[in-house]
Amino acid sequence: MADVDKIMVEHIAKLARLNLSEKEIEGYTNDLISILEMANIINNINTDDVKETIGANIKYNVFRKDEIKNFENRELLLQNAPSQDEGMFRIPKVIN
Amino acid sequence: MPRDDYEVVIGLEVHCELSTKTKIFCSCPTTFGGDPNTHCCPICMAMPGTLPVLNEKVVEYAVKAGIATNCKISRNSKNDRKNYFYPDLPKAYQISQYDLPLCYEGYVNIENEAGEDKKIRILRIHIEEDAGKLNHDEYGRGSFVDLNRAGVPLIEIVSEPDLRSAEEAEIYMRKLKSILEYIEVSDCKMQEGSLRADVNVSIRKKGATELGTRTEMKNMNSFRSIVRAINYEVDRQVEVIENGGKITQETLRWDDVSGKTFPMRDKEDAQDYRYFPDPDLVAIKLSDEYIENIENSLPELPESRKKRYIADFNLTEKAANFVTGSKYYSNLFDEAVEVCKNPKSTGNMLMSDIARILNEKEQEPDSIPFSGKELGELILLIDKGTISSAIAKKVLEEMFTAEEKNPNKIIEIKGWVQISDEGAIKEVVNKILEANPQSVADYKAGKDKALGFLVGQAMKETKGKANPQLLNKLFIEELKK
Ligand SMILES: [Zn+2]
Repeated sequence: MADVDKIMVEHIAKLARLNLSEKEIEGYTNDLISILEMANIINNINTDDVKETIGANIKYNVFRKDEIKNFENRELLLQNAPSQDEGMFRIPKVIN
Repeated sequence: MPRDDYEVVIGLEVHCELSTKTKIFCSCPTTFGGDPNTHCCPICMAMPGTLPVLNEKVVEYAVKAGIATNCKISRNSKNDRKNYFYPDLPKAYQISQYDLPLCYEGYVNIENEAGEDKKIRILRIHIEEDAGKLNHDEYGRGSFVDLNRAGVPLIEIVSEPDLRSAEEAEIYMRKLKSILEYIEVSDCKMQEGSLRADVNVSIRKKGATELGTRTEMKNMNSFRSIVRAINYEVDRQVEVIENGGKITQETLRWDDVSGKTFPMRDKEDAQDYRYFPDPDLVAIKLSDEYIENIENSLPELPESRKKRYIADFNLTEKAANFVTGSKYYSNLFDEAVEVCKNPKSTGNMLMSDIARILNEKEQEPDSIPFSGKELGELILLIDKGTISSAIAKKVLEEMFTAEEKNPNKIIEIKGWVQISDEGAIKEVVNKILEANPQSVADYKAGKDKALGFLVGQAMKETKGKANPQLLNKLFIEELKK
């Protein structure tokens, strides 16, 4: 893992569509450094006797039957949209 | 030709919508179309607090596809989040699979355009969810988001860069489509976007071992566009390199109208997807028994059907290849042969007339509007001498376009029943002989061609309905008098 620095935080902020002030960038840089330090401690724990797992949850194979349940309330789904038209979310024009 | 100095390297990422009844993580229907946002619920709309639960059929169908393409099946698998911002993706991440796909290391056998058998390796098959649809209006009032398609299950089949021409890419994709249709995990309707491909293209000097820089063309949904786009892109890359330039790795948009590729304004920093395991979902563990059960449930695949057609029906390799090239052809063939007991004629009719009509209409075998039984009836009519093969072609055209699909009814309505009545044909023969004394003289002087002319005239007179064998026989009889 590369060291966390200002440039990395700026990059992550850009990916997350966040506008951060200089001061916030500095704050997040320090936060991320300490989070990674914590992760590093966990990384160095001896796991010789621990079985390999996939993901954090010990459960597996939680499935759903392939049976249709219609929600049937479009109005409710759209009610919080800032703008809508003909049953669709209206958003600023996206150019492809 | 500089192009001949280069080897073309193509890899395909084929996306295939699975034909499950419901979406991958919620119980909304997957039916195509419908009013905007009517096949949606709080889960596929990514309302806060909702949780996804994996549809068991999605796993089953993906494993089916894996087994049918000779893949290994992962005993341990999981879902990961692929993060990017785009308005058609309500969660701002797509649930996909990263390092533990359900299927890996498979292959598909093809016969390429040069007639060579080739093995196209499959790197992996993973499950993921489809995105929604953005609509734009011509007034520029904005974009409109319809999430009916969001959450429809997909498998992505990633090939190794083993394809060496546009034609080979098309053959491979047709083969994949045919396999997916046979095992009934997808309807593969390209016009509805059920089957589409991202195409990676690069070139390198012949003999080079390192791969060139590739460009990617996204969301190609017709065979024709795929072939055109690859050929255009290869030419473009050759020109850039021949002029001393370098290929930039980028995503391109193929424009069918202008026949060109254009750089896509990349979804900003889209390469940085920051995959991580989805904490809302648990691991998928598949037992040997589960996989065996699926293996045993698979229907007969094209390769085995082909062998059977050659062994049991004596079809030629070419005909067997063609008929098994599509589930629709193959099922139509089976049904028709059941009725007419004439596999050879059925195979020929599929390969020549039906394929030609589909080609003219720019349609695929899944849009054939009549049943195998009806096709069998048509062949039976030829075999019984009720209609000539020339008339059969006309009946077939009718079966494609008219409401009435039953060939017996069609020839009745159209009055196309072959004239096999000797007396009636004799009348026509005499009429034609009388009208063409010169041809009669020519024939008697040894010009055999004249007979063909006379038969043609008689056919014209009867609008193609005269039994040709009988017509020939009677002409010769009369001329010998
Ligand atoms: Zn839903």
